[in-house]
This record gives sequence, C-alpha cells and structure tokens, in this order.
Amino acid sequence: MFKDMITTDICIIGAGPVGLFAVFEAGLLKMRCHLVDVLPRIGGQLSEIYPKKPIYDIPGFPEVLAGDLVENLRAQIEPFKPTFTLGEKVNSLTRNEDGSFILTTSDETTIQCRVVVIAGGLGCFEPRKPELENLERFEGKGVVYMVKDPESFREKNIVIAGGGDSALDWTLHLAHVAKQVTLVHRNESFRGAPDSAEKVAALARSGKINLLLNANLQSIQGNGVMNSVSCVGKDKQVTELEADFLITLFGLSPKLGPIADWGLNMDKQAIVVNTLDYSTNVEGVYAIGDINTYPGKLKLILCGFHEAALMAQSAFRFVYPKQKLSFKYTTVNGVNAF
Amino acid sequence: MITFQVEDNQGSVRIIEIPEGINLSLMEVLKASEYSIPATCGGMALCATCHIEVKKGLESLPAPKDTELDMIDTLPNATALSRLACQIHVTEEIQDALFLVKGGE
Repeated sequence: MFKDMITTDICIIGAGPVGLFAVFEAGLLKMRCHLVDVLPRIGGQLSEIYPKKPIYDIPGFPEVLAGDLVENLRAQIEPFKPTFTLGEKVNSLTRNEDGSFILTTSDETTIQCRVVVIAGGLGCFEPRKPELENLERFEGKGVVYMVKDPESFREKNIVIAGGGDSALDWTLHLAHVAKQVTLVHRNESFRGAPDSAEKVAALARSGKINLLLNANLQSIQGNGVMNSVSCVGKDKQVTELEADFLITLFGLSPKLGPIADWGLNMDKQAIVVNTLDYSTNVEGVYAIGDINTYPGKLKLILCGFHEAALMAQSAFRFVYPKQKLSFKYTTVNGVNAF
Repeated sequence: MITFQVEDNQGSVRIIEIPEGINLSLMEVLKASEYSIPATCGGMALCATCHIEVKKGLESLPAPKDTELDMIDTLPNATALSRLACQIHVTEEIQDALFLVKGGE
C-alpha cells in the first residue's frame, strides 16, 4: 500500500524521555518534530522496563515514577503537536541533493526532514529469540515473536513458548481463538501473575489447552512453511507438536540495529558526538541521550535533557537558514504553541 | 583479593582480581572489564541482559530473590545454572567461581 510521505522539520528516532523532551526544546524554536520508535508506545525503557520504578535524580522531582515522568513529558510537549510513527523501526537514512533527509521504516513509512536527531537509547528493543538452528528460515512462515493480530491465529494450531506474563496472557487469550494451544515452559511452574498462572492451569486441567512443562524448544520442521515443533523434556523425551504457528515470548532486548550502517563515527556501540551541540560527523544528524558518547559522558536522563537543549539551538540553522536565532526564557514569553 | 574466572561466548577464560570490600555487583565488574553486556536497566533485575551461567561455585552464592528468578524465567536460553550478574555482589562468596557470560551480543 502506498503511504504519503511525512514532512517535518526534525525527525527524532526514539521516543524515550530524551527524544520526547527534544520536541519541547525544538518547539520553543518553532521547529516541528516527528518521532519514530520501534516500540508501540512512547517512553522507551521507562515504559518498557521499569514504569513502576521511582527515579530520584530528575531536577524538581524528589521522586517520580518512570511511567509518570513519561506522562508528564507527553503533556509538556503536547502544545507543540508532535506526530508519531510507533511500532516501526527506521531502516534507512538517505540524503537528498537539497540537504534534506529521507528516512524509511520497516513498514515503508517515509519521512522527509531537515534534521535527524538520534535519541535511540541503547538501540531498538527487539524480541529475544530462542537458539534454534533453522529459526530464521521460518520467520514469517510460522514463527512469530509478538502477537499483532490475534485473529490471524483463529482455528490454527499454536505453540507458545515462554514463562513470563506475556506467555501466560496470550495463552489465556488465544485459548478461545485458536484450534489448539500448547504452552511450552522450561520449568515446573510459572512465576508470572499467580492469577494468570492458575487460569492457565485450570484450562490445562479441562483439556482446553495443552501444557508442556519442564521442556524446551528443540527444532522446527516444515517444507517451506512450518508444520511442527519439537520439544525436549528434562527427561530427554522428545515431543513433536503439530503447529501452524510458533509464538516465542521471551521478552525484549536492545540491539543497535541499522544505525550502525549510516556512516556515523561509532565507539563501542555508541555514536561519537561533538559536545558543542551533540552533532555527529554527518552534518544535520545529531545524537542525544544514552546512544551518544563523549569524554565524561554520563548516561543520565537529566544529561540527555541538556543535550536536547543544545542540539535544538544548533539545529535551528538547518531549519531556518535565513533567520537569526535569539535565545528566550520560557518565563518571559511562555510556551507559545504552533 | 577476590579472584574468579570469566568465560566469554568465544570460550576464552580470564582471571579477574578485585580488592575485598568493594561495593560492586558482578555486572559492574564485567562491564568495567569490557565484556559487552548491555545491562539496560542498570542493575534492577529488570532486563536480564546481564545473564550469566555459574559454571563453578553456584552453591556458595546467596540464593536468588524472586525478582531475579522472574527475569531468568523469561530467557530462552536459561539453564539451572543461570543467574543475573547484577544481583551477585563481589564478595568472598564468589572466590574461585567460574562465570560464563551469556547476556552479551
């Protein structure tokens, strides 16, 4: 399907706290922002890993829950009407003759902008994959790492692997959608929410689902398309399960991803920047927050906020090359929305 | 000195010596020793990116807490020897242990 190109002043890769605050600093200078994040919601690791954990080193907040900080940042940038592409990964970055950039995502969304700000934290959160020999051959042909549309599993034979909350939750949900659900878990019991674990056990007792405990995935069989999954138990017994889909749910892990191929100077998985304005070696591309590195770098949210402010002052010349920038305090003029 | 061994995913083993009384987790020591573990959550037992296997000396370590076991349970390659390095303190209890780093790239 053809998608319209999104046009903006600044494209921010990564909608974590630093990417979100960059919208505010850019907005004060009348620069519009579009954010792209591989996760389906904003907040980065604050939303994904520790939303209920308190943070103690945000200036002005003696204590703030990570999830609340994200919500506050969302409210703070709201006047500047940022736009979002969520659940998509930026795959490529190219430059036009006029100096503007084109970014293309994993779902073929294209974004044209004058400035690119990489606020990618530790990289893209990607599903952890089990170590199976021919796993990648069956990706998209039976093997999936997340459930996007539960209806796609209707009347199918499903094997779910994993022991956490998402494995339990999707087992409960898909038990009423799929033809047969088998949940494979390496342990004797589940450590996820006790309520969900009990519901799963009850479904297994009633024969609604098949529970394979003390077992690990061993291999995938199929000719082009997957048709069965083999599991091996702690007792070495091998069970072959008829399967249209294998859903592996082993959490998320950050990977640097395509950013490494964009010609940016890197040092140990981080982008080298100039501390004058947090610019990279590619003109018009900045890197702020945990993804950058420079002498004395501290991976703190508050340092990322500072970097966002200096980045915006510098990026102004690419968005408004004919205008002179004058610095103003928000206390003088307020936050003038677009 | 506390002495222990670390094996990387290429099978290479290094001996590491740390002064006693230092207030560090094994994850912090591994990062400082240039092992490529992301340790995304910074040591809260919330991301499991500092996954290790204790190949020698597991019985001497304090038992894992629930939060650590919960995270280990989400890993596809966890074994009975799995621990999270961020939850292991560098004390005499890890003297002569052998850790296999699994959480790296």
